[in-house]
Amino acid sequence: MAVVETRSLTKVFKEGELGAVNSVNLETREGEFLVFLGPSGSGKTTLLRMIAGLETPTSGEILIGGRVVNDLSPRDRRIAMVFQSYALYPHLSVYKNIAFPLKAQKVKKDLHKQKVEWAASLLGIGALLDRKPRELSGGERQRVALARAIVREPAVFLLDEPLSNLDAKLRASAREELERFHRRVGTTTIYVTHDQVEAMAMGDRVLVLNKGVVHQLGTPTEVYDNPADTFVATFLGSPPMNLAELSDVIVGFRPEHFRPVSSVNGEAVAFRFKVENIEYLGSEWIVSGTPASGKLGGQKVFSRLNSAQDLSLGGTYDFAVPQCELKFFDRSTEKRVEPKVVSWQ
Amino acid sequence: MAIARARIKSVGAAQSPLLGAAMFTPAVLYILLLVAGPFSLAFLYAFSDARIGNTEMHYVGLENFRSILKSPSFRMAIRNSFIFTICSQIVVIVGANILAIALEKTFRGRGFIRFLILLPWVAPIALGAIGWKWILDSIYSVISWVLVALHFYKPFNAPMWLGEPHLAIASVLLVHSWRLMPFSTVLLLAGRTAIPKDIPEAAAVDGAGFWRTQFQIIIPMMRPILSVAVLFGLIFTFTDMTVVYILTAGGPFDSTQTLPSLAFAMGIQGSDLAAGAAISLFLVPLLIIIAYFMLRVAHRAEVN
Repeated sequence: MAVVETRSLTKVFKEGELGAVNSVNLETREGEFLVFLGPSGSGKTTLLRMIAGLETPTSGEILIGGRVVNDLSPRDRRIAMVFQSYALYPHLSVYKNIAFPLKAQKVKKDLHKQKVEWAASLLGIGALLDRKPRELSGGERQRVALARAIVREPAVFLLDEPLSNLDAKLRASAREELERFHRRVGTTTIYVTHDQVEAMAMGDRVLVLNKGVVHQLGTPTEVYDNPADTFVATFLGSPPMNLAELSDVIVGFRPEHFRPVSSVNGEAVAFRFKVENIEYLGSEWIVSGTPASGKLGGQKVFSRLNSAQDLSLGGTYDFAVPQCELKFFDRSTEKRVEPKVVSWQ
Repeated sequence: MAIARARIKSVGAAQSPLLGAAMFTPAVLYILLLVAGPFSLAFLYAFSDARIGNTEMHYVGLENFRSILKSPSFRMAIRNSFIFTICSQIVVIVGANILAIALEKTFRGRGFIRFLILLPWVAPIALGAIGWKWILDSIYSVISWVLVALHFYKPFNAPMWLGEPHLAIASVLLVHSWRLMPFSTVLLLAGRTAIPKDIPEAAAVDGAGFWRTQFQIIIPMMRPILSVAVLFGLIFTFTDMTVVYILTAGGPFDSTQTLPSLAFAMGIQGSDLAAGAAISLFLVPLLIIIAYFMLRVAHRAEVN
């Protein structure tokens, strides 16, 4: 187990262009499950590949277990990586796939069988050892890739969107399995995804990236409840946080805090709300529409409700947001600022 | 229903048996006239005493085969055919792999280098061979000239590249390899490019160095395309007589004679059609084996 640290890590692919990763500082904790979350093109995979040693940083340092590893090849970094495509060796059996890192790292031959069987049983693929990768389902391939990663007991696990090739149903169970697996082996893990649900569900902490810049590093509750800026506020949550520009600040509130006045207690900001669309999602309703008056007039706002049966399309209702659920952002920097008194009219 | 049936009928009309036959008649004619015809003639001649300029022909049984099997030239030709074919394949596969690895990387002028490497394949084989004949000439050889200039040899004392049996064999082998290298390089380069980038990356993370990645991951994954390259190379070299004919005409003392060049020398130049036909028939069993493997590779490529 080890801590991964980066110091002003930067990667510029083409000189003169904006870097794919810009001056990223981060430090994992011992045994933590850290998620890199960002839209496509945010630099999350490039950051992971630099840590793996597959991409050379333009500047900055990478430390694994306190040692600068910039000049070490991937094989000398004591890391294991699971690729998005799993990158299993198609001509080798599952057994030989899992044994490959042992062979490559010159582990004594008589230990191979025992280690492969240990890794295979940890992931429940002991019965598949003689198969070729093409004879496996997506979920089985993922497990083989994980077994190949764990077999040499690496200091750090790097996972690059390992669930994105699975169908929705399998993804949920594979996610749970991955979490259980991490709890069992307790190895420091860095997990790259563009899926906020995966990030929130699995991460001990989440690093939110956009355009190569770190926007926030925090626990799932921190990044959701206390977003550091408007990007984090709108990237996390579906539908995203409602934002409104009021004089010199941007005010945001989550759809689930925007409810009919009758269900809001304490100090609150009230609106007349014209309902324009209602979506029933089973366990919840997503209502969208526009406030009828005030500074928010005409702007689309989402509300997430447990029940919207007494609302009807085209109707106008009294809605409110509790004062304490309002988040304030600076209008020019878009960074989070202290709550202010603002005029909604 | 009626509309559906009408549509099926019209589709059926478009695929009438007549049209199908018309479409593949040219191919059948081509194979019959230029492959099956000469091939049956060769069979016929091989069991006869046919000679150029002689209108009569008699059945002689296995006499032709008996006499060529006794001939030392023929044994030499068989040996050389195998030496040239197998050794040039080894040189080509090793060389083409190295070239493909080098050309896979992006660098300035890669397009131009790729073009240069492909040139020997594009140029007619006879022209290339004539070029080599001069490069290896006993008096004007540039190789000898360079070696003399570098003081490896005294003037007028340089090796006779095509005049000494061992050097002649090596020279023919070299030209065969030069000729086949571009084709194999292009095939192997395509095979390498087809391998997803994350496979060698996974190998790198797994701890494999350059050689292990090449020999245990990349090359085994290219096995189908490698076999295509080898099988094509075998056929091209085994059946080729242009290179030998132009460079050495089989000499000195039959030391570079191959089955096709010997068949040509005896059958056409020596007027003994029957012997030439019998010699060329010895190519058949080997080519059938190669053809069988080619079909298998092609079939496997289709299945996957």
